Amino acid sequence: MNKLLKYVIADILRTKVMIAYTVLLFLISFVVFALENSPGKGVLTMMSVVLFMVPLVSISFSAIYLYNSAEFVELMLSQPINRNKVWAGIFIGLGLSLIIAFAVGYGIPMLLFSAADGWVLFLTGIFLSACFSGLGLLSAVRVRDKARGIGAVLMIWIFFSIIFDGLVLFLSFQFADYPLEKPLMVLSALNPVDLSRILVLLDMNISALLGYTGAIFQSNLGTWSGMVFISIILLFWCVLPFFWSIKFFRKKDL
Amino acid sequence: MIEINALHKYFGKFQALSDVNLFLEKGHCYALIGPNGSGKTTLIKSILSLVIPSSGKIQIDGKVWGNNPEYRKMIGYMPQNPRFPDSMTIGQIFSMMKDVRGEYVADEELIRSYHIDQMSHKKLGTLSGGTKQKVNAALAFLFTPQILILDEPTAGLDPVSAEILKEKIQQERRRGKLILITSHILSDLDDLISDLVFMQEGKIMVQCSLDWIKQETQQHVLTKAIASWMKNQNVDR
Repeated sequence: MNKLLKYVIADILRTKVMIAYTVLLFLISFVVFALENSPGKGVLTMMSVVLFMVPLVSISFSAIYLYNSAEFVELMLSQPINRNKVWAGIFIGLGLSLIIAFAVGYGIPMLLFSAADGWVLFLTGIFLSACFSGLGLLSAVRVRDKARGIGAVLMIWIFFSIIFDGLVLFLSFQFADYPLEKPLMVLSALNPVDLSRILVLLDMNISALLGYTGAIFQSNLGTWSGMVFISIILLFWCVLPFFWSIKFFRKKDL
Repeated sequence: MIEINALHKYFGKFQALSDVNLFLEKGHCYALIGPNGSGKTTLIKSILSLVIPSSGKIQIDGKVWGNNPEYRKMIGYMPQNPRFPDSMTIGQIFSMMKDVRGEYVADEELIRSYHIDQMSHKKLGTLSGGTKQKVNAALAFLFTPQILILDEPTAGLDPVSAEILKEKIQQERRRGKLILITSHILSDLDDLISDLVFMQEGKIMVQCSLDWIKQETQQHVLTKAIASWMKNQNVDR
């Protein structure tokens, strides 16, 4: 067991930002589930909130946390601990804390209103927390300057949340005369936010909201295998930043 | 104990260390001095592998350790600007460090003389710079390391606390530890050190014993000795 892990988690969960994030998520979920007359509709509204908020909070919080704990990292590395272990402790600790905050903030209202449709969104939120905290750490370990690092992190978030959709739309109009299904499937696999959206909508079987890429997934893979496929890619998105960032951390000068 | 051969470090194009060769022995107390930006902290961090050297070899206790972190069990390090996780209390940081270290022989003398155990419930974020420095010092000495690396140890400490720390450093040196200190306050070092390492622009300009430089310059106070030696060097150039 990684000794650092529990200290990182204990440290993060006590920060005010983390508590505020949990409380805010809880309040929004609670109000949404209370106001919508069916839990299914509540889940749909929550989907927009989760897809917007979880990536933004996870990526920016992780990056800022790493910048602010530079001295703590230095303190740990001057002890007889391997660099890999220190990085694993921070990486997993941050990911787990964000997951815990999301699970409490969204999960409790979901259970209270017994929204059975909400479990896939629950899973999606966990994926997004892990994936974007990893991306945040990756950018923070690569960019030395704090202001530029946070700027980079916000760019990544804007790219995945807004620009990417536009890009897909642009490409599908430009190449409308060609068979686009396979390329578009590959393209949307490159965006964890889009994947998460498709995953939730596939599960809820709302074809009207699936959009172009979602419809391609459904018609090519079917609902069930489409969901498994997307989950596997999302899992990759959670693990990949770790192996990428540890390469930089091993060689980083503190 | 510490042997450094042909150490180079580049930060991009900037050369922070150039061809550093150094041999540091047990039972000596070295003062690493030099102007700001001369590479002192980079050198210290290279020894701790906080900075990864561009080329060169560092041997500690006769071995090149590479990625093996075990050698850091021998080292107590006091960084320049201590910053600890703000939400932790003093008690928690000590128990965490003990937990992380695993087995060790505890030396709690500084904890006692700085009365740190009486403030163990205080949050690290609320501490003054001086108190943080006390915690920093107590942590460096806590695990009775063979090598002590102290970066500006007395910075921010009040005279009484600084005196306690200097007393402790002398006592550890008498026990045969290797001590490496950087400081700008030369008068602080006077009765502490046995050897001098002078750095400038990433190079070691001179490594000598304190007696030698005092004899060479006919000065008995360290500050004056170094000033006069530097003047001579510049004339030679």
